[in-house]
Amino acid sequence: MTDSRSPDLECLSLTKRFGAFTAVDDVSFEIPSGSFFSILGPSGCGKTTLMRMIAGFEEPASGDIRIKGKSVIGTPPNRRNVKMVFQHLALFPMMNVAENIAYGLRCRGADKAEITRRVGDVLERIGLPGVETKQIHQLSGGQKQRIAIARCMVLEPDVLLLDEPLGALDLKLRERMKIELKLLQHQFDTTFVYITHDQSEALVMSDRVAVMNAGRFEQIGTPQELYHAPATAFVAGFVGDSSRFSGRVEAGGTILLETGERITAAPRTGTVLPAGTTVDVFVRPDAVAARRPAELSGDAFNRIDGVLDSHLFNGAQSRALVRTGDGRMIEVGYPRPGSSENLAPGEAVALTFTPADTLCFAKKA
Amino acid sequence: MVQKDAQRLALFLLLMPFALWILLLIVLPHLGIGYLSIREKIGPRQYEFGPGNYIDFISEPIYWNTLLRTATMSVLVTVLTLFIGFPVAYYIAKVAGRRSRAGLFLLCLIPLWVSDLVRAFGWIVLLRETGVVSGFLQWTGLVSGPVEFLYNDAAVVIGLIYTVVLFMIVPIVSTLDGMDDALIEAGYNLGGSRWTVLRRIVIPYAMPGIVAGCIVVFMLTAGSYLTPILLGGKNSMWFTEQIYDQFITRYNWESGATFGVVLLAFTSFVVWLGLKLTGQNLANTVAKG
Amino acid sequence: MNVAAPQTPALRFAYRAYVTLFFLYLAAPLAAASVFAFNASMFPALPWNGFTLDWFFSDTEPMLGLFHDRRLLQGLGNSFYIGIIVSLLSVAVGTTNAFLFERHDFPGKQVLYVLMIVPLVIPGVILGISILVFASFIANEARAAMDLRINFLRPGLFLVILGQFSFLATITTLVIAARLRKFDTTLEEAALNLGASRARVLFTVTLPFLRPAMIAAGVVAFLVSFENFNTTLMLVGSDSPLTITMYDRIAKVGSTPVLNAVSVLLIIGSGALALISVLVQREPKRADVES
Repeated sequence: MTDSRSPDLECLSLTKRFGAFTAVDDVSFEIPSGSFFSILGPSGCGKTTLMRMIAGFEEPASGDIRIKGKSVIGTPPNRRNVKMVFQHLALFPMMNVAENIAYGLRCRGADKAEITRRVGDVLERIGLPGVETKQIHQLSGGQKQRIAIARCMVLEPDVLLLDEPLGALDLKLRERMKIELKLLQHQFDTTFVYITHDQSEALVMSDRVAVMNAGRFEQIGTPQELYHAPATAFVAGFVGDSSRFSGRVEAGGTILLETGERITAAPRTGTVLPAGTTVDVFVRPDAVAARRPAELSGDAFNRIDGVLDSHLFNGAQSRALVRTGDGRMIEVGYPRPGSSENLAPGEAVALTFTPADTLCFAKKA
Repeated sequence: MVQKDAQRLALFLLLMPFALWILLLIVLPHLGIGYLSIREKIGPRQYEFGPGNYIDFISEPIYWNTLLRTATMSVLVTVLTLFIGFPVAYYIAKVAGRRSRAGLFLLCLIPLWVSDLVRAFGWIVLLRETGVVSGFLQWTGLVSGPVEFLYNDAAVVIGLIYTVVLFMIVPIVSTLDGMDDALIEAGYNLGGSRWTVLRRIVIPYAMPGIVAGCIVVFMLTAGSYLTPILLGGKNSMWFTEQIYDQFITRYNWESGATFGVVLLAFTSFVVWLGLKLTGQNLANTVAKG
Repeated sequence: MNVAAPQTPALRFAYRAYVTLFFLYLAAPLAAASVFAFNASMFPALPWNGFTLDWFFSDTEPMLGLFHDRRLLQGLGNSFYIGIIVSLLSVAVGTTNAFLFERHDFPGKQVLYVLMIVPLVIPGVILGISILVFASFIANEARAAMDLRINFLRPGLFLVILGQFSFLATITTLVIAARLRKFDTTLEEAALNLGASRARVLFTVTLPFLRPAMIAAGVVAFLVSFENFNTTLMLVGSDSPLTITMYDRIAKVGSTPVLNAVSVLLIIGSGALALISVLVQREPKRADVES
């Protein structure tokens, strides 16, 4: 028996090169049993390669992959107890639903009665009882999605990999499937590793998220940590919306923005930026309040002046668009108590935000 | 790396049947007739190498006249087939409704699968002196006695076009099928006339299909045997007949092989010329048809 | 409105008339060949002497029916024998070729691809004589050097099969490769991921996907083999297939209505087979569109 505390999936200094291009560069992480883990990154960041290495379709150049504590390097894909939901699902069109789900069981040599029973069980669990004899092309997009998951889950894998399976769905269905996937994960109590370029999918569903860029992990953390305390400028820019400014650290720790304003940022643990460093500053739209300058009280806030350009109405996600002194457009969360609701386009406004909401990173050379 | 080795083994296993096929049935046999064509028999089991067979071919007018005749007839048949077949292909691909399109295409295909011999035989039944056409003309009173429509060049051309026209229509239909009607609409919308739209948009789009059709039709015509012989009679003067004659009747394999090489060289040249002139290549024309 | 169609009614009518005329031209010889199979006459010609099935079923000379004509039945049998072997062989090699060209990269692939297409543009007569010459050459050498008699390399069924296979393999390769190109390889990865061995993936996922194309290619190969004349003529021995037997009959006896009867049989048989091949190709397409 493997140690019950050992993580379901563990990657150690995993590296993969294609010719001179390094697709995955020294990536290490471990995923505790039963959690929902996402790997979030832009297309081409190496996340698919990473997943294909875990599934066994690519061999790493160096590093180790351990499943339930055991290295699987050299184990062919059909011997790994890691199942995968493919981007376009890859349901077998020449088989019906039951045959699709039974495929893995047949490969294991399970007997007929057991196969029938387990196929029925898993269809029950995903809420699609009685669809055994349907053809794949008779199913709706969401049903296919669930059948693809059932086809893997019936084999009771140690880890389920999902490669952007929601990408092909339309927006409404995608929103619903996000919630459904999370519920399914709870229900099966299996480790899910979910690959996506869509930050909202990752934030909504995951227990922990790894943000990947150019073959490396930038940060691993809970969705809250990534959003409120990004470790790098890339994470701050990629996860959640933000407005971005350039500036320079002055003696005394204040930051002089290119727009001319002077602001302060709450120091993050372990980082002290020396004077003269050029920096990127990120501010979330929902951390910014737009007020008439006359209504301001005190000066505990960072402040940037501008002119309200227009309202961007989008229900709960409505924003106001403000033009700053240097002509840049900034989105401001809206509505916000005591703020922009009654402002008219063309009015001068002051944008305020706390130093704690001001995310500051040294610019990369 | 085990996977690499498995890959290499798979490649090797897949290459085997291909290599055996191409080498044993195509490359070596053709080298064989090339070899045979430069060999002259000077006595029992005594041979000499030289261009003698080719000189024989050139110095005997009946041989190269037959080749020339086969060539001009084949080109004529190819051109006529294109003119007859293109409107039909265009009709099937662009004019006919969705339902009738599939039906018409199927109608086109069914005669394709009936033996050459049956088709030629059908024409014999229609065209000969005691045939249907002659009988019909007598019945209407247009002619007073039986008329022989067989055993002339017109009969050969009609029969050949019949045999090959489907090979022209099928590739043109499949290329035109891929053409968006909006291209034609845009052509008219931008002020093109019927003729300019056809010449500037439709025909260039259909070119790979046209070239594929012409190549296959030309090859089939130049290489045909049954139709010219059955419809043209004993003196149809078709080049394949000469080859058969040398091989089977006279048992002169050396000169038969020479004729074969000449025919192959000639048809290959015409195909090459056709591809060059139209800027196409073999893989994107014939392989798609 | 269909902009591709002629716009004036007169032109439209003329166009339709032309197409109708064309299809009449296509049908005419087949109809003529068929109709006279049922004429109670010694010649496939007018006048119409009344309907008969004697040219199919009569067992007495001079109106010996097709089903009692030993030579023709023998030819039919030979054609079936050749056709089945050739189509199985061509589908097998066509499938391996399809995998070779669609799944592998190797130096010289382009050249080999062109070589693969070439048999399609070599006149059939030349394929026939070149294989005849090469086979005879080997047989002669074997006899001269080792006193071996290799009879199957002399004209006969074996050479006919090789000759037809030499160009049918190109056709089956093209048909099967076209379908393999449409195959989504993640289906294979999915099957591997679910625990299947490579062989199992091939037999449960990839080959079932190719099956319609393999059947269609097999039908095409069978039909083309059945009707082939040019290549076969050069390689045929004493066991001749149906087309050669019919040709001999025309050359020696002249046209007789029993040949019309054979034509009817061939037209019905080929039509049915062609229809089957169209149907198997169409069925999976519908599924593709909806999925």
